[in-house]
Amino acid sequence: MSTTTFPAATLSLGNRFDRSPGWWAMVWTIVTEASLFAYLLFSYFYLASQARAPWPPRGPLSLELALPNTVLLILSSVAVIWAERGIRRGDQRRLRIGLLVGFLLGLAFIVIQGIEWSDQPFGPRSNAYGALFFTITGFHGAHVIVGLLMLLAVQVWAWMGTFTEERHLGVTNAAMYWHFVDVVWLFVFTSLYLSPRFA
Amino acid sequence: MAEVQSVETAPAERLERIWGTEPGLFGILGTVDHKTIGKRYLVTALAFLLIGGVEAMAMRAQLAGPDLALLSPEEYDQLFSLHGTTMIFWYALPILSGFSNYIWPLLIGSRDMAYPRVNALSYWLFLASGIFLYTSPFLGQAPNAGWFAYAPYTLRQYNPGLNMDFYALALIFLTVSTTVGAINFIGTVMKMRAPGMSLNRMPIFMYGTMTASFASIFALPSLSVALVFLYLERRFGFPFYDPAGGGHPLLWQHLFWIFGHPWVYIIVLPAMGIVSEVIPTFARRPLVGYTLVAMATVATGIIGFGVWVHHMFATGLPPLSLSFFSGASLLIVIPSGIAVFAWIATIWTGRPVFRTPMLFATGFIVLFVIGGVSGVVTAAVPYDWQVTDTYFVVAHLHYVLIGINLFGVMAGFYYWFPKMTGRLLDERLGKWNFWVMFVGFNLGFFPMHIAGLLGMPRRVYTYPAGLGWDGLNLLTTIGSYLFALGILLFLINVARSRRHGESAGPNPWDGGTLEWATPSPPPPYNFAVIPTVRSGYPLWEDRLGRLRGAAAARSVVTRGPVLDQGRETVDTSALDADPVAVLRMPQDSLWPFLLAVATSVAFYGAVFGAWWLAGLGALGIVATILGWLWPRSLEGGAVA
Ligand code: HEM
Repeated sequence: MSTTTFPAATLSLGNRFDRSPGWWAMVWTIVTEASLFAYLLFSYFYLASQARAPWPPRGPLSLELALPNTVLLILSSVAVIWAERGIRRGDQRRLRIGLLVGFLLGLAFIVIQGIEWSDQPFGPRSNAYGALFFTITGFHGAHVIVGLLMLLAVQVWAWMGTFTEERHLGVTNAAMYWHFVDVVWLFVFTSLYLSPRFA
Repeated sequence: MAEVQSVETAPAERLERIWGTEPGLFGILGTVDHKTIGKRYLVTALAFLLIGGVEAMAMRAQLAGPDLALLSPEEYDQLFSLHGTTMIFWYALPILSGFSNYIWPLLIGSRDMAYPRVNALSYWLFLASGIFLYTSPFLGQAPNAGWFAYAPYTLRQYNPGLNMDFYALALIFLTVSTTVGAINFIGTVMKMRAPGMSLNRMPIFMYGTMTASFASIFALPSLSVALVFLYLERRFGFPFYDPAGGGHPLLWQHLFWIFGHPWVYIIVLPAMGIVSEVIPTFARRPLVGYTLVAMATVATGIIGFGVWVHHMFATGLPPLSLSFFSGASLLIVIPSGIAVFAWIATIWTGRPVFRTPMLFATGFIVLFVIGGVSGVVTAAVPYDWQVTDTYFVVAHLHYVLIGINLFGVMAGFYYWFPKMTGRLLDERLGKWNFWVMFVGFNLGFFPMHIAGLLGMPRRVYTYPAGLGWDGLNLLTTIGSYLFALGILLFLINVARSRRHGESAGPNPWDGGTLEWATPSPPPPYNFAVIPTVRSGYPLWEDRLGRLRGAAAARSVVTRGPVLDQGRETVDTSALDADPVAVLRMPQDSLWPFLLAVATSVAFYGAVFGAWWLAGLGALGIVATILGWLWPRSLEGGAVA
């Protein structure tokens, strides 16, 4: 018998490291959610291509709030990256501050998004364009809120001293999700705000 | 902890204590044992098959002769819509998920699925969504627009009532279950295989469900988007589909079929996988063309998406009138041809033993070929124009769905029932079971082809006499009832054999894969020691080795590490299955159940427009997820 079994004693213990099952769970969650947004944007472009009236009905959306808001969201991702890099070196302070800054910037994004919604002269019932605008940004907003809840939970757990240099999958997963929410926004922003300017 | 021991000396009692489920209510609602969850999936999906079957019996009674009035047109509408929706969504995939849940860890030498609590969640959501769907007929408001629910007929102005709100929300609900289930399957296939079970040693059944799971996570969101739009339009008047507001009814068709093309593969690939396990065991030899079949399986999943792309970019819009099953069938020809030839070659070059599982597997192949031919035929466009929306399509889709889903499922039941219960199903009754189903099915469904060619449209609640359809319809009804009798025989067999069946022992069929190395039924921890795998048929190596004179490395299933410091199993790398870490698996937990309850509350709130209730459900969802993920010390589970 040329092979016996393997040396289990040398293996690390637990389920909380990169590329572990828990990490992959988040990756595939993100993949399926990303597909969801792809189909939402597909619907937007499909109805745009079929539209008989001008699209968007009142011309391209204003960038006045949306552009700075986009910058806010990117900055919040930077803060979260900084926090995660921190805990990888065991730096609890960096973790907490980074998560807090990321959370506050995200919160600001959602508040400004609320203003952006109320500023629109059309509603979701006005026409298909309005329906899509509010549904797509609404879906994204809901994801931002979920991401904010994650950042908040991880923040609390960070204060409880849950995470260490070796074990911080919760932070990694929350951070991955948050970056995903940001990247999706770039697609949404490009599609809804920028593409009509070039059409 | 990590000492290598043999199966005999492994501390079975200790493992039993660690992995066992507490008796009582907590155990019932909180168990995360994949075997319990798998059995629940099987039983629940079987119940949906029976419910859908009763609906079909009612329809066939109504259509037995011309101008019958057992059912009103509205009742008939609701029945075929509910029947199609139930069969396609609440039976066809969940039953396969049940097999995967039960068998997978045993097949790959693991102690559980990758995410046991997610697994429990997936089941509870499946059950809850089914209950939600079946609330509607009790209110007299079941879905009534067919299983693919084309707009604009589904919009509120043409279809008042809650019928289609139930349809949209119940399916979104189920989609959540299917998605988390798919992620669990993917995680399991990537991380949980026993050391040494590299991708080229992985059983085809794994490939089937894995491909279906990947396809699910890409395809289901399209359905979700279509349904969310439908709900928003019906409930709040967002004009996605209504041209009056700048929407377009074809948007529904696109989104639905982007999902729908892959879906037909999703509900047959795992069944093909089951058959690829059954045939080698009874042909007494390894599967011929293993690598080709594995590749064909994956290719089929990818082609499923390609079909839709072809529709969209090549021709614009009109060709969507092509029936979906036929379009899909044309492209499936190549990979499914590979599978069929591999099965036939395996039987041909083996020493086949025709026990009941093998009968069903062979029936599967025959029906696969017939269904394939009628599919390819419909894929010719002018021919399609003749038969679209006729009974020809009804015949074809039942050949596909019953032939290559239900017959595979039956093969799986007869094959693995002894593993699940420790007792064999009765062989004599089993043969009756097979022949009654097979004859009944062909008797009932073959004449539908002809009725279709003679112009009988689908979805009609009755027809006048004298069109030449009367005899065919009577025959169809008789065949359908015979088929149903076959299913009844199966249920009788299960009920009897569960208590009085012949005792099975660990390996009643002399199978070659790992599940047969465990006792029947397996203990809660599955394997007392973690096996190491060196070939596709670890239990046949002695024989195959002698046949081929190969003395390469052997699998080891009777010795290995015990891992008894908690619910532990091995995490291995995705391609080669090299051991990476020892995983601590989660304890039983009520959170999945509570989360499903909260989700139900939210959905009932949404369907009745009771926003306070929906809000309450949403709060419950957030609270249960937080409770679920709240960090515990090294007790297990991902903090995600
Ligand atoms: C006892 C076995 C079955 C019988 C007798 C039966 C019979 C029928 C009948 C009479 C219809 C309505 C045809 C029409 O008026 O257009 C129908 C439709 C359908 N059946 Fe079945 N069926 C059976 C099993 C199944 C199974 C196992 C599946 C799927 C796994 C299935 C899937 C469907 C679908 C998708 C439709 C189309 C519904 C629609 O038009 O929206 N059936 N079946």
